[in-house]
Amino acid sequence: MGTSVVRLVLTAPDPLPAMRPGQFAELRIDDVKDVLLRRPISIHDFCAGDNELSLLVQQVGKGTEWLCGRREGDVVNAVLPLGNGFGLPADGEPCAPLLIGGGVGVAPLLFLGKELRRKGLAPTFLLGARAAKDVLCREQFEEVGDVYVTTEKGDDGVQGFVTDHPVLRDRRYDSFFVCGPKPMMVAVAKVADELGTRCEVSLENRMACGIGACLCCVEDTKEGNVCVCKEGPVFNINRLRWT
Amino acid sequence: MDLSVRIGELELRNPVLTASGTFGYGTEYADFVDFNCLGGIVVKGTTLHAREGNPYPRMAETPSGMLNAVGLQNKGARYFVEHIYPVVSELPTQVIVNVSGSTIDDYVAVAAMMNELERIPAIELNISCPNVKQGGMAFGVTPEGAASVVKAVREVYAKTLIVKLSPNVTDIVAIARAVEEAGADSVSLINTLLGMAIDAERRRPLLSTVTGGLSGPAVKPVALRMVWQVAQAVSIPVIGMGGIRTATDAVEFLLAGATAVEIGTANFIDPSVSQKIAYGIAEYMARHGMERVSDITML
Repeated sequence: MGTSVVRLVLTAPDPLPAMRPGQFAELRIDDVKDVLLRRPISIHDFCAGDNELSLLVQQVGKGTEWLCGRREGDVVNAVLPLGNGFGLPADGEPCAPLLIGGGVGVAPLLFLGKELRRKGLAPTFLLGARAAKDVLCREQFEEVGDVYVTTEKGDDGVQGFVTDHPVLRDRRYDSFFVCGPKPMMVAVAKVADELGTRCEVSLENRMACGIGACLCCVEDTKEGNVCVCKEGPVFNINRLRWT
Repeated sequence: MDLSVRIGELELRNPVLTASGTFGYGTEYADFVDFNCLGGIVVKGTTLHAREGNPYPRMAETPSGMLNAVGLQNKGARYFVEHIYPVVSELPTQVIVNVSGSTIDDYVAVAAMMNELERIPAIELNISCPNVKQGGMAFGVTPEGAASVVKAVREVYAKTLIVKLSPNVTDIVAIARAVEEAGADSVSLINTLLGMAIDAERRRPLLSTVTGGLSGPAVKPVALRMVWQVAQAVSIPVIGMGGIRTATDAVEFLLAGATAVEIGTANFIDPSVSQKIAYGIAEYMARHGMERVSDITML
């Protein structure tokens, strides 16, 4: 795909469990020298009918390098689905969602956009990337809703960060769903707070167990330290100390 | 074949326990293990008062291991008694509470509370947490300090008292002997090894606390050596842990003189591993024509 990002499509001999947008999988890394822990990767797309899910994996270290090197027919051990997903509006509840992703953080927004669409809503996407070549899955997003882009390099869409795009301050949108690098999410959360817009962010704190046992991936929330893996990874910004 | 073992008054159906801090309160693993297949679980370190633990980041992966600096985050002993005990007491396995403190009075107070809980047959006294100031390790690094905590707790705690030892000492054998002398029914070892990791590009430590506790396969040879030395020196049962991720690893600890083992970091890689290790020990015994776990001895 874009630079150093691979789409992994997984299936299973048994029917996959139901999954919600925003949930993630913990993937075991096999036979890589010195690498021990699983890697948490958010669910990019899921089709119960095809018994298939896809993940976007960005190569950042030895574990993700192994994942990115998997080929058709290879077996990957995954524990899933983990965590709570995005808070979807109830059926029939009005919602004008703006889905904001940065870099490989756009991954869970495709599954989310499709679910929102299934509910009869019209999701709009704002995708941020370093440069045009790093804008991921643009065609897939365009099949689901309107797509706006920002690039730091300025060779696609508006130059700058997602917070520089005028659509972010368009009063039409009443809900932000955000996934990307933490500084980007904090910046969007501040805008949401200023506008009074409902805002959920998906965190990716470094984690070990993925099921709320080891207490490593905690976020300092208004209720104290809570596990991102179990209580999140998606949080309403009201719970966080970001704004 | 008989897989059961005895630690003080505590009867375990097999020698496999899960290590404190790696298995939550057991319920987190309900989708992955059959508790009927485990000797027991050692639940999260419990202190008298609630603790928020250390700031994030608390974990760093290292070659064949991980560092953690969780810092005993827990909701306190009262919360445990009121909210967690009713749940864990229903689990079909032995539930051992890991007890931690910063003063002797704290340890005594929590131990006395645990003594009243019918379905908690044992506590594991953590005098070895490397991640909090006076987090017990202050007591665990000298024979006198270790003995003073154990003696005080022994006076209020009538059931099986296991003492978890720190490897961050000059002579773990002297501490094990002191703890035995002070009335412990068992020692468990090793807690994590104090370590550190640095991000060279950012030129910063990877943990908020700078240092943390190392666990995982990387520590296994050190743990085996200490279990071997302590088992030679004390007559109370030894519970071995440190980097166990296969049944063969567990058998090695039993061969080194442990009566039971605890599984820690490996739970993060395979949440069903503890159960698989229990099966694997039975397979090993069958293969070697052994009747009892105590037959697993070196030639």
